[in-house]
Amino acid sequence: MEFAELIKTPRADNVVLHRPFYLAVEGTLCLTGHHLIFSSRRQDNAEELWLLHSNIDSIEKRFVGSLGTIIIKCKDLRIIQLDIPGMEECLNIASSIEALSTLDSVTLMYPFFYRPMFEILEDGWRSFLPDQEFELLSSVTDDWRLSCINKEFSVCPSYPPVVIVPKSIDDEALRKVATFRHGSRFPVLSYYHKKNGMVMMRSSQPLTGTNGRRCKEDEKLINATLRPGKRGYIIDTRSLNVAQQARAKGGGFEQEAHYPQWRRIHKCIERFNILQESLIKLVEACNDQSHNMDRWLSKLEASNWLTHIKEILTAACLAAQCIDREGASVLVHGTEGTDSTLQVTSLAQIILDPRCRTIRGFESLVVREWLQAGHPFQQRCAQSAYSNSKQKWEAPVFLLFLDCVWQILRQFPCSFEFNEQFLILLFEHSYASQFGTFLGNNENERSKLKLPQKTMSLWSWVNRSEELSKFQNPLFEANSLVIWPSVAPQSLQLWEGVFLRWNRPSKFLDEAQEEMINIIKYNKELQAKVNALRRQLAEMETDDRMQENL
Amino acid sequence: VENVWLLDRLSSKKAALGTLYLTATHVIFVENGSETRKETWVLHSQISSIEKQPTTATGCPLLIRCKNFQVIQLVIPQERDCHDIYISLIRLARPVKYEELYCFSFNPKLDKEEREQGWKLVDLSEEYNRMGIPNNYWQISDVNRDYGVCDSYPTEVYVPKSATAHIIVGSSKFRSRRRFPALSYYCKDNNASICRSSQPLSGFSARCLEDEQMLQAIRKANPGSDFIYVVDTRPKLNAMANRAAGKGYENEDNYSNIKFQFIGIENIHVMRNSLQKMLEVCELKSPSMSDFLWGLENSGWLKHIKAIMDAGIFIAKAVAEEGVSVLVHCSDGWDRTAQVCSVASLLLDPYYRTMKGFMVLIEKDWVSFGHKFNHRYGNLDGDPKEISPVIDQFIECVWQLMEQFPCAFEFNERFLIHIQHHIYSCQFGNFLCNSQKERRELRIQERTYSLWAHLWKNRADYLNPLYRSDHSQTQGTLHPQMAPCNFLYKFWSGMYNRFEKGLHPRQSITDYLMAVKEETQQLEEELEVLRARLANLQKSQLNDNSVKSKQEDRSKRLGLFPSNNSLANTPQEYSNDLKSFPSRSPSQGDEEDSALILTQDNLKSSDPDLSANSDQESGVEDLSCRSSSGGGCLPSEDSGKDSDEAVFLAV
Repeated sequence: MEFAELIKTPRADNVVLHRPFYLAVEGTLCLTGHHLIFSSRRQDNAEELWLLHSNIDSIEKRFVGSLGTIIIKCKDLRIIQLDIPGMEECLNIASSIEALSTLDSVTLMYPFFYRPMFEILEDGWRSFLPDQEFELLSSVTDDWRLSCINKEFSVCPSYPPVVIVPKSIDDEALRKVATFRHGSRFPVLSYYHKKNGMVMMRSSQPLTGTNGRRCKEDEKLINATLRPGKRGYIIDTRSLNVAQQARAKGGGFEQEAHYPQWRRIHKCIERFNILQESLIKLVEACNDQSHNMDRWLSKLEASNWLTHIKEILTAACLAAQCIDREGASVLVHGTEGTDSTLQVTSLAQIILDPRCRTIRGFESLVVREWLQAGHPFQQRCAQSAYSNSKQKWEAPVFLLFLDCVWQILRQFPCSFEFNEQFLILLFEHSYASQFGTFLGNNENERSKLKLPQKTMSLWSWVNRSEELSKFQNPLFEANSLVIWPSVAPQSLQLWEGVFLRWNRPSKFLDEAQEEMINIIKYNKELQAKVNALRRQLAEMETDDRMQENL
Repeated sequence: VENVWLLDRLSSKKAALGTLYLTATHVIFVENGSETRKETWVLHSQISSIEKQPTTATGCPLLIRCKNFQVIQLVIPQERDCHDIYISLIRLARPVKYEELYCFSFNPKLDKEEREQGWKLVDLSEEYNRMGIPNNYWQISDVNRDYGVCDSYPTEVYVPKSATAHIIVGSSKFRSRRRFPALSYYCKDNNASICRSSQPLSGFSARCLEDEQMLQAIRKANPGSDFIYVVDTRPKLNAMANRAAGKGYENEDNYSNIKFQFIGIENIHVMRNSLQKMLEVCELKSPSMSDFLWGLENSGWLKHIKAIMDAGIFIAKAVAEEGVSVLVHCSDGWDRTAQVCSVASLLLDPYYRTMKGFMVLIEKDWVSFGHKFNHRYGNLDGDPKEISPVIDQFIECVWQLMEQFPCAFEFNERFLIHIQHHIYSCQFGNFLCNSQKERRELRIQERTYSLWAHLWKNRADYLNPLYRSDHSQTQGTLHPQMAPCNFLYKFWSGMYNRFEKGLHPRQSITDYLMAVKEETQQLEEELEVLRARLANLQKSQLNDNSVKSKQEDRSKRLGLFPSNNSLANTPQEYSNDLKSFPSRSPSQGDEEDSALILTQDNLKSSDPDLSANSDQESGVEDLSCRSSSGGGCLPSEDSGKDSDEAVFLAV
């Protein structure tokens, strides 16, 4: 298929662009296969706006006489308005945008066409391989092994080819366990806590069904992670009620009788359309232009977004607490083990493991716990807050995770190597990107699409020093400790950097950020100068002394 | 009383056993346990309410709520003791005479001269001079020199030059409590001004020629504009209701060239209830997000804050952008008027965003114009219906502005919190009584100390590290965003949940940057010394006299860095030493909560009176805090964990 077929009017002149906090600008609108490009011709403020079609969440058109107006709502929550003279042009452009922003074939997406304009120093597709992760692990314990059981994605379609499992469990047993877990997602290692050797594992729900099926191998597998005489915790991200209902559909939860060494705790993290609706309501409230403070708070409350944040963070803190304070191993799962489970396991690692609070460590975490772990990005991030499609599989699961990270970052502003911008970057790219990183729903699909060969990785781009410097937190001082965030409502805030990003002038806050950077930069410069002088002095003094000794 | 339990609101595990002392000025709780003798000090004047709860098996619970939003829960083993404490505290918390207040016994060991200097720190006539007054349009009037015209006004009042004594007196008779229009702020650049008064006694039809002339005079003092705004900060309904009582608002037909505007800020009773409701939300035990947001909305608190801010924004806009003078009033012109005038001044003039300027602002719009501190903040036992968080709201407006303009203010959040604290503490004389007249009669300046001098002395603790006097945010008028979708008015947990450290960010950006800046300054100094030394050394090498100069230099350096006297000469050791730089270590230290401890320490040492009444005592407390953190096992780290545990494990 040629994109040209979809572009009925490739170019329109005298288009006026409206954005909040900017004066309207007149210019030319161009449509290409993957971008909407607006360039103003005025010489005093020539500027260009490039918008990926895949970033467009919805478009609306209105007509006043022959003047058409298109309102474009983006997945990164931005809203722009284009006034296009000429009814036909406007209709053509609108229908082209609509067609181009809803391409159904992945291989037509921009990442397959994007050619990088930067020097590639490191192939991001190979930056975070499971083998490296395992190497790190085997330097501290040899209780675990790397299993290639899923090499051809034959056992579990949503798992990566290699997984880390207890050494004492062979592949044969794993196969049996896979049949006992939803979507074959058998328990695998998620995190090893060096401080006390406790671990966090994740899986999907066990398929106990109504008649209480059991699987000896499954029991053996998770018991293999316990120290003699110790108990572990199973954190089920569903309420007991939901978990019980799941039995009717063949799912279920671990029965005490069959797992006597484990204590099960139910937490209630919402999923799917409930989250999507929450996002839609929240963004609606944030875009409301009325000046009324009262309605704002009730709308914020009604969106339940912060309630979800609180629930997710609480579950993650609980998991971290079991591991670090109770000295117990933990198994986390919900239903499929691809959404709330990953939120909990990844956030718990941010709390426990200082490495995850560095830029590289965080990237590695996203790769391990989200991409390789099979979070279905393509389904979940198909549409954002302005969508009307209401598909069950669309849900801002990853955005909620990023929001939770931001909440912790806000409470520990000096403990993260990255800044808020880095989190916003990941949010943007998970919904629309020139990079292939977030395409596909799991490693299986990614390998079928040959993404590593055909597209560029986000990490290749971001891990170059000129990009990295934008995402560095000037306040960062490595903190080797467990950081316990507060989950009280007073401590949780709306993430303005994402939700009010396009509705507020950020000038004053940006200036503050800049000021911070300058203060710290100046300090470092002085330190270097003082150090140099000291060295020089010391050398001169030794020379002196030597002369004296002579 | 011994064997008293001090409960922690967030966690039942964290209760502490100790001894309770009542002194003439404080309630003191000293925790048992030899190593960490943690002390909690509460000034009697901070106590807002005491509640005796039904006796349980463990003892008799006593709940003390403080005006600085601290809530203390005690369990006293004997009901008799509890009753005695309750009765004594009720009496102690409600003094009937000014002389019983703490400021009359508080002695920071300053001599007379220092005290007088302290009171001179803020000088209002100097401030009006700074604004450019007196000038061709405005003059100082002595019409109120013996408080003869208005007893709640200061003796020195600034009025338009064309307003004769006759007009002033005439106008004052037509205004509630005789609070005639007087100058609050003058904008040098365009002659626009903010004046303030009380409501006119217009009833349904009354007029007053002198009052009309007064407003005319204000208009004429701004030749660039042909009208003035009259802003009534009350809701229209309230103002209309006042007409029935012979009061009311200006009739546009009677006054030439005025534009009349209502801005609905609710009265002190609504505000009191609103705060009450919000504090109930703050006190909820492990509330859900919905409980909290719903409660916050239901309290209406942020709506009220926004109303005050909007009024200030309106006035600032009129003055700065339209160049039009504004007369502001409410009913008596000492609550909402003070709030609105001071918010507008703060937006208009960068000077008020400095530490000194902010003191001046409070002194000008609040203290001198007769804001009734004693009645509003219940310093002496009085009518509970008079109590209202009027200045608290102004302070919160400032905080909300600081959130929006992080580089615009010279001072930080701690400065605001400590001012709020001292408005209630009665430790300093500044906020005593209801008017200048009463303060003069009590000879406050001779008998008590000034808060401003105290804050000024410790100003290093209150600096906003992001402030630079040449920064664009510190210039000119601030233009805040008004719509909630552009700027959120946030719940201020740093104030209302001030004593629940577990809820706050565990690392403070402000403290971190302040430590960096302090270090930078030391580095600058060291750089100078090193350069001098290098030059010296080079010279002495030439002179072959190196031994002597080396010794000199060493002693010099030791003098400069008393805290770093283990400083070694090699670069490696230097960088190690930097790592353990005292003020910075917490952020990279042994426990994340050590950062928290640092802020607590700061709070205490910078403001000893928060928990102790003399530097000595706070020193002891500091030491105990430090030594416990040095011991490796941090009590507050554990406490943080415990409280979190309680939350997470509520399965």
